[in-house]
Amino acid sequence: MIPAAFDYVRPQSVEEACSALADAGDEAKVLAGGQSLLPLLRLRLAYPTALVDVGRLAELQGIRDESDHVFIGSMATHYDVVRSPLINAECPLVAMATATVADPAVRHRGTFGGSLAHADPAGDLPAVALALDCTFVVRSGSGEREIPAADFFVDYLEPALSPEEILLGVRVPKLGPGWGYHYEKFHRTAQSWAIVGVAAAVRRSNGSIEEARIGLTNMASIPVRARAAETALRGVAITPAVPGETNGGADPVRDACGDAAADTSPPADLHAQPDYRRHLARVLTHRAVLTAARA
Amino acid sequence: MTEVGRARRRKEDARLVTGRTRWTDNIQLPGMLYVAFLRSPMAHARIIRVDTGAAAAQPGVVAVFSGRDFADEQGSLPCAWPVTEDLVVPDHPPMAVSEVRYVGEAVACVVATDRYKAADALSAIEIDYEPLPAVLDMTEALTEASPRVHEAGNKAFTWRFAGGDIEAAFDGAPVVVERTYVQQRLIPSAMEPRAVVATPDGEGFTVYSATQIPHILRVMLAMTTGIPEHRLRVVAPDVGGGFGSKLQVTAEEVLTLLITRRLGRPVKWTESRSEGNLTVHHGRDQLQRVAVAAELDGRIRGVKVDLLADMGAYLMLVTPGVPLLGAFMYNGIYKMDAYDFACTGVFTTKMPTDAYRGAGRPEATYALERLIDELAAEVGLDPLELRRRNWIKHEEFPYTTIAGLTYDSGNYEAATDRAMTLFGYDKLRAEQADRRDRRDPVQLGIGTSTYTEMCGLAPSRVLGSLAYGAGGWEHAGVRMLPTGKVEVVTGSTAHGQGHATAWSQIVADALGVPFDDVAVLHGDTAVASRGMDTYGSRSLTVGGIAVLQACEKVKEKARQVAAHMMEASADDVEYTAGAFRVRGTGTARTIQEIALAVFAAHDLPDGFEPALDADATYDPANFSFPHGTHLCAIEVDTETGASRIRSYVAVDDVGKVVNPLIVEGQVHGGLAQGIAQALFEEAVYDSEGNLLTTTMTDYLLPSAADLPEFVTDRTETPATSNPLGVKGVGEAGTIASTPAVVNAIVDALRPYGVHDVRMPCTPERVWRALNGGAA
Ligand SMILES: Cc1cc2nc3c(=O)[nH]c(=O)nc-3n(C[C@H](O)[C@H](O)[C@H](O)COP(=O)(O)OP(=O)(O)OC[C@H]3O[C@@H](n4cnc5c(N)ncnc54)[C@H](O)[C@@H]3O)c2cc1C
Repeated sequence: MIPAAFDYVRPQSVEEACSALADAGDEAKVLAGGQSLLPLLRLRLAYPTALVDVGRLAELQGIRDESDHVFIGSMATHYDVVRSPLINAECPLVAMATATVADPAVRHRGTFGGSLAHADPAGDLPAVALALDCTFVVRSGSGEREIPAADFFVDYLEPALSPEEILLGVRVPKLGPGWGYHYEKFHRTAQSWAIVGVAAAVRRSNGSIEEARIGLTNMASIPVRARAAETALRGVAITPAVPGETNGGADPVRDACGDAAADTSPPADLHAQPDYRRHLARVLTHRAVLTAARA
Repeated sequence: MTEVGRARRRKEDARLVTGRTRWTDNIQLPGMLYVAFLRSPMAHARIIRVDTGAAAAQPGVVAVFSGRDFADEQGSLPCAWPVTEDLVVPDHPPMAVSEVRYVGEAVACVVATDRYKAADALSAIEIDYEPLPAVLDMTEALTEASPRVHEAGNKAFTWRFAGGDIEAAFDGAPVVVERTYVQQRLIPSAMEPRAVVATPDGEGFTVYSATQIPHILRVMLAMTTGIPEHRLRVVAPDVGGGFGSKLQVTAEEVLTLLITRRLGRPVKWTESRSEGNLTVHHGRDQLQRVAVAAELDGRIRGVKVDLLADMGAYLMLVTPGVPLLGAFMYNGIYKMDAYDFACTGVFTTKMPTDAYRGAGRPEATYALERLIDELAAEVGLDPLELRRRNWIKHEEFPYTTIAGLTYDSGNYEAATDRAMTLFGYDKLRAEQADRRDRRDPVQLGIGTSTYTEMCGLAPSRVLGSLAYGAGGWEHAGVRMLPTGKVEVVTGSTAHGQGHATAWSQIVADALGVPFDDVAVLHGDTAVASRGMDTYGSRSLTVGGIAVLQACEKVKEKARQVAAHMMEASADDVEYTAGAFRVRGTGTARTIQEIALAVFAAHDLPDGFEPALDADATYDPANFSFPHGTHLCAIEVDTETGASRIRSYVAVDDVGKVVNPLIVEGQVHGGLAQGIAQALFEEAVYDSEGNLLTTTMTDYLLPSAADLPEFVTDRTETPATSNPLGVKGVGEAGTIASTPAVVNAIVDALRPYGVHDVRMPCTPERVWRALNGGAA
């Protein structure tokens, strides 16, 4: 398809970008990798009057070690994230989920910040940010502020950003030792979006689960935590400890994940109806948690 | 070593792969304008009012037209296959004038100085519609109470065909298995979208189009628009795939030409992918009621087929003929006493359907091979054993089937034995049994498909007997240039198949010239003036033979000149390795020397025309019948419903192979497409007739990452009906693989009482089938 006409601005600094956005008013849009925004323009589902291209701003690049957290610049590409030794060491769940995003071409262009700012509940990274309790750092002409992940995703494609705000980057807490991680993505083709995805971080001790954090992809109009399952998993023995082992029929982790779809409102679309998504959420949460617990 | 049989890399690929070539959309002409089409948002409506004023006033807009502007000159898009005498052929204006009958039908267009301005102005066109009821379900469409798509009713035709005594076959048969299968609607997705450039050219016009059929298109454009044929030149530049979707005379081709005529300027149209999903003709879409009657030992007595085929809103080039191409294939490779086929074409308010890779034969093979697996389960036989008991044995060829075709050659035993070995059939069956015993949440299914197809479309007299509007011959011209190089003109237009390479190999052997000394020209009606174009796995089996025959004629001419030059009798001149020798002497002339001598024409035999060239037109005596055995192992996760192909073995018998690399490529691509029908692709319309799958997020195409590593091999039973012994391979993979995959999934689920899953077998459908719901 062919987009409608728009102005294009490429500012040289975040400050310039902020004023460009302020000047352009409500109808301007930040352009990052363009992998979500340009399809919307081409399908004429969005008609911004101006695009403010922040994709090459050095200030928004980079992945940094900042003591108790890792700071991921919003314009780090998916490819940067997947290859970052720091992320793979300190917050591997981010790299695991990012590796499942789309295909290599998209991963070279699409950005970490763009994925989150797009606030697509079917995107793989929002659920991860939620599960890890990340903090979003944003700036506008009137200054900087921080938004906890739990408050960042307001509704379908609606982040808690005003039209003038730019996402600078995200602080991903280092959870430290004792944690295992897994991102379980269920999709029909390698390049397609998650029908359901489960981001799991599990802290273990003595063969049991001490704490589980579970973020669900595409189970509501925003990413959600599987709180009921998180609670039920506390203290549950990790069995079977290795794949294939039978445990006399008892399956406590699976049982605890039975409520994984509680308080969700999954969408209906061509790929799945809500009841099937709920079923998948239970099965996949079990798999994600068990894999994370054994990791 | 001969060229034929060598795994030559395709000489056209560097150009095609890098894009340094002439795709239609790359063509830029001075003063060119761009057209964008406004498309109906309604499945069915009367057009009450059209106001193009505001759009015409937009910047860069040169003209705005609606259907009324073309009403007197646009004619009706052709249907060239009137399958029955009472076929209902509705008027099909390229641009709707008073009524729209599917979402996406062109209702107006903007012509502007660039593509963007044309697209922008579309939203300024005002159209008032009076909604009419959509007609979406074929079965309902045939009821008395249904709203009508066309005044003449929703039934286009019923076509029947029978062999043997079907009642006797079913009466008192110990086993009868009846099933209904849904061939979902598919959207052909060629890599290159459709594109058209039309331009005034002298006293006439040149039309460039990303088409498979420049020759047919030229005839049809002349007949549709009234522009005399000799004033029309049609060029198919390099074309990036078609799969049947560019075997069409489209509204956009006709309209772009009419706009050019109206404005006297070159005009370009290139579709977007979403526009393509809406308006490229769709494929498949049949409801198949099939039944088999058999003995307890599995011997087949008869097969009955009753189809509903969705035509969509209009009949396009060969729309009604597609199911007929399957009519002769529901008996497959099996012997039986009786066969009965009926097909009713139904109009709905959807995009018309037409040929899509395999056209009729994948549908037939799917239903048959699924049914055979069901019969095997019913009588408790291994599906391959059941097939073995019924198929035509290799010593029984040539064999005239119950459907009246004479299969010239084949060896189903050899292909099946080879496939079973490569697959490790017995070992996988053992693993399957073990997983069943253990109630493993991941079950293993094994799917078989022993297909044949009729290829090499087609003997002209057969097409005539089926009321098809043209013949099935193909033309080739071969000319030696003065310097000894060779130009081949072929009427079979390539759009990705590798003609330039394969034809060069054939010519290199036939004339004894180097492979690199051959150029292949095609796709331009001013260059390749005669042709029937490319579809139906016909290029090599028909067009390739024409090339060979033209080479033989050239060689005969050269022999006469050689004899003259060497002062010998032509009978004493033999031809080996590119040179003519006088038997028993050392005297020889190369074909290149002769080419130069003919050019100079100083000393030629009396009456010899100074040209070392020849034309040949080949009309095949019979179809060709590739066959093969495909085996597929699939792991089905019974918790999620997800299927994963674990291994896939394809042993195909396509007769003699000119280029094994090309054959391999065709098999791989065909498998991908057939597997895609089984697992991924489906065009979905909502209850109002809106197409929901307009982007690739919704219409899922697999990539290499979604497909297994294919194990391919061949057996070689040459066709006896043509001098190269070739059979065609363009559609084989697509035809064979769809049932192999679904058979595997159903095989995995049989212990759970499942005996069908509707295509595409999405995880959700598998999960619902497992949980007792409708799949
Ligand atoms: C074929 C395909 C398949 C895909 N599959 C997946 C998948 O499986 N999983 C998945 O998670 N994603 C998938 N994506 C999306 C991909 O991850 C995108 O990269 C991502 O959604 C958006 O990132 P972007 O950098 O391209 O942002 P853009 O498209 O440029 O922007 C997206 C939105 O975020 C806003 N925005 C961007 N950056 C900022 C910023 N710094 N401050 C404020 N607002 C900002 C934009 O204004 C826009 O509204 C797919 C994309 C494609 C094209």
